Amino acid sequence: MAKRVLSFVVNGRLREEAVGDSTLLLDLLREQLGLTGTKRGCDGGECGACTVIVDGRPQLSCLTLAARCDGAHVETVEALAAGGRMSALQAAFHEKLGTQCGFCTPGMIMAAEALLRGNPAPDEATIREALGGNLCRCTGYVKIIEAVQAAAAAGGGR
Amino acid sequence: MERLPAFELKRPTSLAQAIEWLAATPEARAIAGGTDLVPNLRDGIGAPPVLVDLSRVPGFDAYEIRTAGARIGAGVTLARLASDAGVAAALPAVSAAAASIAGPGHRSVATVGGNLCVDTRCVYYNQSEWWRKSNGYCLKHLGDTCHVAPTGTRCHAAYQGDLAPALIACGASVELAGPRGTRTIALEDLYRDDGLAHLALEPGELVVAVAVPAQPRGAMSAYRKARARGAIDFPLAGVAVRLAVDDGRIAAIDVALTGTNSRPFRLAGTAAWVGRAVDDGLLAELGKAVQKQVSPMRTTVTQSNWRRQVASVEAQRLVRDLAKVAS
Repeated sequence: MAKRVLSFVVNGRLREEAVGDSTLLLDLLREQLGLTGTKRGCDGGECGACTVIVDGRPQLSCLTLAARCDGAHVETVEALAAGGRMSALQAAFHEKLGTQCGFCTPGMIMAAEALLRGNPAPDEATIREALGGNLCRCTGYVKIIEAVQAAAAAGGGR
Repeated sequence: MERLPAFELKRPTSLAQAIEWLAATPEARAIAGGTDLVPNLRDGIGAPPVLVDLSRVPGFDAYEIRTAGARIGAGVTLARLASDAGVAAALPAVSAAAASIAGPGHRSVATVGGNLCVDTRCVYYNQSEWWRKSNGYCLKHLGDTCHVAPTGTRCHAAYQGDLAPALIACGASVELAGPRGTRTIALEDLYRDDGLAHLALEPGELVVAVAVPAQPRGAMSAYRKARARGAIDFPLAGVAVRLAVDDGRIAAIDVALTGTNSRPFRLAGTAAWVGRAVDDGLLAELGKAVQKQVSPMRTTVTQSNWRRQVASVEAQRLVRDLAKVAS
């Protein structure tokens, strides 16, 4: 397989990684970099569990060629907590019971993080729209929406 | 899904280079957002030796909206199109169609050109390799029978892109570039009613941009789709309407459909309704015309006849609602 050296920023740290042309960003993050917070859900672009933020935009890492992230800034759920403290979104998901089994949570949080950065005070319809690509099979979504609203009220994604 | 098959990723920095690389390897595929291509490749549908990445082609993501018309680069993302106030004001059907495609994680990278060229879909095709293999494959890929219509000779996979009907209703044309130069054709002529080869592109040819003319005075447009999963799904049937009403009479009406045939298409016969009022009689004629011209087959788990009826009803609702706004 053709390989190239990929130079990109992951969670604030500049990295150089040798990747195959057909390596997916999801596999690079989980298997090469050990960042297993990003989940492999449906693995076909339908559930949003693998959502990460690339250059400020929510993106599905199971559909993203790693080689195309050359020069990009990639953020995963591991980037959110700082100094041992959860981000506002993480804390809100915890406090509002937005997390049950937890599998969809990193994708939900990254999709919500991308939303709140561009729109710190979204209405409920906007939150639902932004999380429309993320499936949760436990919560019924009400608590997730409440968590995002609480995080927004607490001052956004940080 | 499976891992991607091995391929070489080429990242051209000019349109000429992209065309050259596509033409040099007949099985090469162009990749823009990749949100449709990547899952298909992961399902074992094709194994191109080369992918030509269009994301670094200069000008591919340029667009301008003016009163004289719009030019939208093929590389413009659906997120950008859907959030643009100028598009929402000038071409509401296009804006609504863009916003209705997939989810935010797709729209952030998926492009106008990619959605126009999206592969046709079928319940016998969009499956894993082992599923299709155990079913003897199908006419669209590796097999010799269309399981939707086994006695026929053609593939009935449905075209389920959302932007095409909205742009067709608004009179759009597409700029193409290939090894033999550039050409511009009406958007509806980009498509053929053949699920196996629904794009009338020549080898190595690419969609470069969409051009939309100035809209007729007073024209309004809208798009609606029926889908299984409301938040993120392909249209089981999608309808776009552009309507201009003058003094209570139809001055212009264009209807285009998607999801029901192997190509998006413009409803034929609408010119006969110019000068008529939008009343129950006209809506009944519209509903019948749609029912007659769509041909949904068993390409989804949803019944074909339901898709036929829904296309018809959605067209009636759109025309009725737009006429109400106009009055």
